[in-house]
Amino acid sequence: MNTLNVNGRQHTVDADPGTPILWALRDTLGLTGTKFGCGAALCGACTVHLDGQAIRSCITPISAAGGKKITTIEAVTDGSDRVGAAVHAAWVQHDVAQCGYCQSGQVMSATAFLKSLPRGKQPSAAQIDTAMAGNICRCGTYARIRAAVADAAKSLA
Amino acid sequence: MLPHIDYRELPRALQHMLERDRIDACATLPRRSFLKLAGAGGLALGAFPHLAMAQASAAGQAASALKPTQQPLAFVQIAPNGEVTVTINRLEFGQGVQTALPMILAEELDADWRLVRSRHGSSDAAYVDPLFGIHLTGGSNSVKNSFTQYRELGARARAMLLGAAAARWNVDVATLRTQAGQVLAPDGRKLGYGELAEAAMALPVPEKVTLKDPKDFRLIGRPTNRLDARAKSSGRQDFGIDSRLPGQLTAVVAHPPVFGARLASVDDSAARAVPGVKAVLRVPLDRGAEGVAVVADGYWPAKLGRDALKLQWDTSSVEKVDSERQLAQYRELAGQPGPRHFDADMAPLATAPRQLQAEFVFPYLAHAAMEPLNCTVQLSEGRAELWTGSQCPGLDAAAAARVLGLKPEQVAVHVQMAGGGFGRRFSSSSDFVIEACAIAKATRAAGLNAPVRTLWSREDDIKGGYYRPMHLHRARIGFDEHGQVLAWDHVIVGQSITTGSVFEGFQVKNGIDATATEGMREPYALPMRLTVHHPKLNVPVLWWRSVGSTHTAFVMETLLDEIARATQQDPVAYRMRLFGDKHPRHRAALQLAVDQSGYGKKPLPAGRAWGVAVHESFSSVVAYVVQASVKEGRPVLHRVTAGVHCNLAVNPRTIEAQVQGAAVMGLSMCLPGAAITLKDGVVEQGNFGDFSVARITDMPEIAVHIVPSADAPTGMGEPGLPPLAPAFANAIARLTGKPVRDLPFKLA
Repeated sequence: MNTLNVNGRQHTVDADPGTPILWALRDTLGLTGTKFGCGAALCGACTVHLDGQAIRSCITPISAAGGKKITTIEAVTDGSDRVGAAVHAAWVQHDVAQCGYCQSGQVMSATAFLKSLPRGKQPSAAQIDTAMAGNICRCGTYARIRAAVADAAKSLA
Repeated sequence: MLPHIDYRELPRALQHMLERDRIDACATLPRRSFLKLAGAGGLALGAFPHLAMAQASAAGQAASALKPTQQPLAFVQIAPNGEVTVTINRLEFGQGVQTALPMILAEELDADWRLVRSRHGSSDAAYVDPLFGIHLTGGSNSVKNSFTQYRELGARARAMLLGAAAARWNVDVATLRTQAGQVLAPDGRKLGYGELAEAAMALPVPEKVTLKDPKDFRLIGRPTNRLDARAKSSGRQDFGIDSRLPGQLTAVVAHPPVFGARLASVDDSAARAVPGVKAVLRVPLDRGAEGVAVVADGYWPAKLGRDALKLQWDTSSVEKVDSERQLAQYRELAGQPGPRHFDADMAPLATAPRQLQAEFVFPYLAHAAMEPLNCTVQLSEGRAELWTGSQCPGLDAAAAARVLGLKPEQVAVHVQMAGGGFGRRFSSSSDFVIEACAIAKATRAAGLNAPVRTLWSREDDIKGGYYRPMHLHRARIGFDEHGQVLAWDHVIVGQSITTGSVFEGFQVKNGIDATATEGMREPYALPMRLTVHHPKLNVPVLWWRSVGSTHTAFVMETLLDEIARATQQDPVAYRMRLFGDKHPRHRAALQLAVDQSGYGKKPLPAGRAWGVAVHESFSSVVAYVVQASVKEGRPVLHRVTAGVHCNLAVNPRTIEAQVQGAAVMGLSMCLPGAAITLKDGVVEQGNFGDFSVARITDMPEIAVHIVPSADAPTGMGEPGLPPLAPAFANAIARLTGKPVRDLPFKLA
């Protein structure tokens, strides 16, 4: 038995300790907002926060989450998280999503990035690209992602 | 996809399927929705045209003569609170049809857009393409073929609501008008659509309706955000992969390493010992192959079980394609006589003052949609229900019925939101759907009575075939000092996409597959001889966003640019001269891109060059003017300006997104790692590490401009892709002095 802290709640998960966090979230806890894209930390669709850091949940085993806090897209965009709410609002305003499948991961990467900046600091275009380079969008929504991250940063200033 | 289907030519097989679907309407009820809505009251018939007819008959009215595709009750639900839910007859997989079709219907309905919602249809007969008569999302046809359909649906529903209001107030219906979800009387009385819906539902559906004058459009043409924008950026949008039926199991399949191979031996003892694994099943797969499905209570144990299998494959009876040998074969084939798509006098080749010879190689490409392929199947006695993101739910239902030994009317496909597709979800053999059905059948036979979700890994997807075919093009062109082409001898070698599929009958003529030649020659009036070879190889191929134009546009637009360069002509002026007066949409799109980009006027930063290309595909024209450079031996795309002609722009916001996205997919084709190759029958790539696609760091600045038009809209899912790579290549050629002839680009 493994204990996971997900979005502020303790869960007991009966799974092999090597099970990636992704599958504990999706198949065991029914939190399907976090997506499976590649299983190899190459596309970023599965991005969650572990103690506030963006990680790839498809390769991070639940054994690595002991005593740590996992935060998923569901909690980041439920209105309780100031930065997450700003990113979500910018994503809607810029109509970023096309198929939308990768966007949970995009929003999680953007939120972690903006949280990593000193409050009020505006990111450069190059910093935004570097921060988002690990997230693939096959629909090619990158132009709107850039604009949405920049606007979210402005709204947080 | 399928740009050439003429609905009058639909083969007997498809007609039969259509008839079957009509009969089938009763069997494909989404039951849960019905129960929920029946309790809610209101105009809530949704996908139940037969029910509407039954109720109409019970009320003593004659059943309507309208076809299922014309029945508003199958497409519009109005809840008592005024919420309008529009059912779409297409798959939403990014292209924005889930917003565009409701806009079109809501326009004629005079709905309050803030209360409009959307949902997917199914394999129900109402949701066939009104022109093609089959369920189909492809060929950028959704808005094009359903524009009038959805306008008429909205107008019919509005007429019924007006009729209900007139009866309620006992006034002449002609005195009433509608506005933003309400019926208004001259004396100031108002009734919301939600209050009228139940009474409206009982009225006969009018056959003839008057549509709005387009100058009165309030929604159509207005840049509108997607209805699914909020859910898709908060993890709250369910996709097919998110299926969570009670007791559901997950299957992961060991596919053969070579297409079509069978099993020599299976040792599944270690796989069965993995906790959570419920069954290990040998199953028949697509193309006569075999595989082993590991069925477990989640993806991870199923995947661990698959990893633990010890399998030996018999590949002795299947062809093992090797990319290097294949290219040599294609080169040899290109020199041989073959069927001709166009013909012209090639004598001037011997005497033309200027000559140009070129060979182009295009690799296999995977679709690599972000949501891995999946399909959930629930079997019960004499019935199957499928949940999947399908571009062709009717064909998939028919294929499922064959595998399951059921009658077609016993199968229902519920279309699910899909995480991309680009053609892969319209497999001509329904490969991933029949695989999921075979697994569900074997699981049930093994005594497990549970719904089964078959889920592919990324490696299954990249290695699983159904690629954009590899192509070789060869051209020999004679022209004069003014760039006038005197003779153009052209050869295409590549596998046929539709041969062997149900579409062969009307896509393949005289041995030539129209999906391989689309985009050649037109709109340029060139003296071209086009020879086509379709070798048969053991690699499954399929349409891939913009299909033939993924390679033909590149060849045509780079060769013409080369002729312009060789004769010191401006590439824009040269194209305009070739268009003449016959192609006003091409001229308008190109001129708009030129004007907006500053081409020819604005000085470029040092090291940059302009590139131009324009191409029509699926009835829309896109022109790109780009700026590119070469940095440390690598081509870099800096800025893209698009000029788009798609006639009436229903939702300019989505059209902009589709062009931005198609440009990125076109850019992906140019970048290192954009190739699927085979070694001794085995696909060499397996994930995004070795089959790479564009990332945000590759993204140019992009501006999209749309030519104003009031003509009936054409589609925009695909047309933004074809001209991007040639525009980029033309800029690179201007910098290096050497033409780009390979995708991905090789600058050596």
